[in-house]
Amino acid sequence: MEDVVIIGTGPAGLSAAVYAARADLKPLVIEGTTPGGQLVVSYEVENYPGFPEPISGMDLMELFKKQAVRFGAKFLAGDVTAVKALDGDYLLNRGTETIETRTVIIATGALARRLPIPSEAKFYGKGVSGCATCDGAFFRNRDVIVVGGGNTAMEDAIFLTRFAKTVTIVHRREYLRAAPIEVEKARSNPKIQWMIPWVIEEITGDQLVTGATLRHTETGETRHVACDGIFVAIGHDPQTEIFRHLVKCDKQGFIKVQPWSAHTSALGVFACGDVCDPVYKQAVVAAGTGCMAALDAQKYLESK
Amino acid sequence: MASVLELDDGNFSETIKTGVTLVDFWAPWCAPCMMQGPIVEGVAKKVGSKAKIAKVNVDEAQQAANELGIRAIPTVILFKDGKPVQQFVGVTQEKALMSAIDEAQ
Ligand SMILES: Cc1cc2nc3c(=O)[nH]c(=O)nc-3n(C[C@H](O)[C@H](O)[C@H](O)COP(=O)(O)OP(=O)(O)OC[C@H]3O[C@@H](n4cnc5c(N)ncnc54)[C@H](O)[C@@H]3O)c2cc1C
Repeated sequence: MEDVVIIGTGPAGLSAAVYAARADLKPLVIEGTTPGGQLVVSYEVENYPGFPEPISGMDLMELFKKQAVRFGAKFLAGDVTAVKALDGDYLLNRGTETIETRTVIIATGALARRLPIPSEAKFYGKGVSGCATCDGAFFRNRDVIVVGGGNTAMEDAIFLTRFAKTVTIVHRREYLRAAPIEVEKARSNPKIQWMIPWVIEEITGDQLVTGATLRHTETGETRHVACDGIFVAIGHDPQTEIFRHLVKCDKQGFIKVQPWSAHTSALGVFACGDVCDPVYKQAVVAAGTGCMAALDAQKYLESK
Repeated sequence: MASVLELDDGNFSETIKTGVTLVDFWAPWCAPCMMQGPIVEGVAKKVGSKAKIAKVNVDEAQQAANELGIRAIPTVILFKDGKPVQQFVGVTQEKALMSAIDEAQ
């Protein structure tokens, strides 16, 4: 029987691992299919305190893991596929294996949303991409579109100007969710153009993407634009499907936690990071709530 | 135990020309590729003589990547006698790769 199992290895899960390991709870950490979490595809993190110079998300997350390993956290690869409660403890499935634990810390983060049009799936990997840092280099001297109005969209657009001839940001409404500093960086970049408020109706091409049909969300006007790449950055959904029978979630699927704590609606189950954060979605917040989850789990175990 | 062959533009076509070959297209700057790598190594350990297992750094094989229309990595392509028979975009688990290899026999 484990004392603490942490599900997920983004900033939240790994911070929880550091705290739980230092408290000598010997946490077992299940890494998931994306070790390091969402941040590993970010080429530059500029706002994680303690790192005055930009650091790549991959490097930053390696440091997080190193720190958890140093204090004795144990790691297992793969996804947790099911969770159930059993006499005050919990049973987790990982492939064919069952893990018994007294507490669970859910840090499964969020998964990038896809464009809700059939042609997106058809051209995924054929010009449509969800990862600018991975695929940007295939678009040297080509024209690309970035869909979205948040920080990730702005960062992707700026990053892509290293390769692309032009980058067009397509967003469905005038309001941009991105931080003003990111918007300003994008606005002052001569390679970046804007199509706002427009949406992509259809992606066109034969084998590879050659263009897209866009619709103006107010006038309804449609226009065909030639492009070779379409980068999708329209936000993330919390990864909570396997937990919904166990803990209360809000309408969008975020796990509900009690204010200023990591307690969920189930005793002994704690949540941290983007999986329970419909508002901030930042690495430092995920790390902070990861610490809260570990301390709450520790207190809970001591009281039992 | 077979190891993963490393291919570039020089030996790519020659290697895939005959038999079944699974090729992992990757690059060092691509975080998800770092997850695909060990999965493909796992396939190499189990596959026996059913297929050759290879990886291609797209930086060193731009011509091959271009001709195949690769626009995202990781992409894993299964070739039979030089022709692509299945293509996987994004991190793909061992099970899916193994059954594709079995189907191509
Ligand atoms: C491109 C990009 C750039 C960003 N840049 C910044 C930035 O500059 N600064 C900043 O503060 N924030 C940034 N963010 C946001 C930041 O990455 C997130 O807020 C943060 O990663 C959330 O951390 P998390 O630990 O909650 O979840 P995640 O990072 O999403 O990690 C979730 C983890 O859970 C695992 N998992 C999921 N399901 C399961 C399962 N069933 N079983 C086991 N494991 C599972 C996953 O494999 C992963 O390891 C960026 C995000 C993106 C996408």
